[in-house]
Amino acid sequence: MSTKLGLLALLGDAPTHGYQLKSDFEARTGGAWLLNVGQVYTTLQRLERDGLVAPSGQDGDERRVYAITDAGRQAIDAWFAEPVVASAPPRDELAIKVLVALAADQVDVTDVLQRQRTATLAQLQEYTRLQRQADPAAELPWVLLLDALILKAEAEVRWLDLCEARLRQRSLDDPTTAPEEARR
Amino acid sequence: MTTPTAADPILELDRVWRVHGAGRTTVEALRDASLTVHAGELVAVMGPSGSGKSTLLTLAGGLDRPTEGAVRVLGQDLAGLRADGLAELRRRRMGYVFQDLNLLQGLTAAENVSLPLELDGTRPRAARKVAEAALARVGLGELVDRFPDDLSGGEQQRVAIARAVVGDRRLLLADEPTGALDSVKGEAVMRLLRDACEQGAGGVLVTHNAAHAAWADRVVFLRDGVIVDQAGPVAGPDTLLAPGTSAR
Repeated sequence: MSTKLGLLALLGDAPTHGYQLKSDFEARTGGAWLLNVGQVYTTLQRLERDGLVAPSGQDGDERRVYAITDAGRQAIDAWFAEPVVASAPPRDELAIKVLVALAADQVDVTDVLQRQRTATLAQLQEYTRLQRQADPAAELPWVLLLDALILKAEAEVRWLDLCEARLRQRSLDDPTTAPEEARR
Repeated sequence: MTTPTAADPILELDRVWRVHGAGRTTVEALRDASLTVHAGELVAVMGPSGSGKSTLLTLAGGLDRPTEGAVRVLGQDLAGLRADGLAELRRRRMGYVFQDLNLLQGLTAAENVSLPLELDGTRPRAARKVAEAALARVGLGELVDRFPDDLSGGEQQRVAIARAVVGDRRLLLADEPTGALDSVKGEAVMRLLRDACEQGAGGVLVTHNAAHAAWADRVVFLRDGVIVDQAGPVAGPDTLLAPGTSAR
């Protein structure tokens, strides 16, 4: 959905052909989501079927050029006007794993939390390294994308910390629920 | 004192224990912790409150002595030093950045930075020169004669960092150094700490903020006084983003 509307929004700037659209999309989104050109053409065909774009001749290399229609512009206006809201909590493998580990006797939740924390922090270090090398003036989309990834990873670590703090609190309140480590 | 090379460890904690109290009220603040920090390296220490982070930093800075094990700074076992030798090592070779900056309000930025040098016998004019250079490195070259009250929170933080790295300080100890700064200014502080380490210091950063810890080369996790795990940056293309050539 977001790729389709993203491509449509880019077509709103100027009519263009599929290959150019692919490059524009990748450049504007910091290069994080690479598209294959076949996927772009399939999307363009669907947009044409839905009346959101229309063929607009060929360029010098005989590539088919598409232009946005009025209906397409309305669709884009509506997209930008709507906030992105997930209707239900998205399925989150980490949350599921931790919640299930809590219930499973043979698993030490604290270990699960720590392994995840180490891995997420390593990822966060890598994003931070890329961020450090990036130039916000010249590469704004890339920098903003890294900001988003950094904040998401940071939120994950904070959630893991909170899980551990709540587990500790529970084992203080009720020692029978304490994991091995805390019972010593 | 010999000049250390880049490969020499700046800080070594060798199987360090710190136990408070005795008998039934014994608290093991640090249990068998080993950690080495080399020149050019910034190591972050994370863990819940009470996990031993501050104890580790206090021992590294020679402000407390381990119950067992050794703490070595630039190869010198702190336990083998007399009080004056330890004080000298701390004054000349270690720098501290704390959340609470401890800048002296009656002194200008330059004077705050040059004071530790002067206390150590450097002549005022020479100390002033070194201080100005340190302030210029943190981007405060134009503000050396301002008093702390006339500087923003971020600028004061920079003065504190300049003071911590001025002269021949090789071990940088930081406890939540970004304080209450917003994230862009906090990032600037982390950048300065990193720069200081890249110029040859070794740094230990205690923080509960994962985004700040991520600036470190290594992250050490403490729980109940024990180092339970370490993280370094992931390597390999599978975990990296794949930036498109057109965008970069």
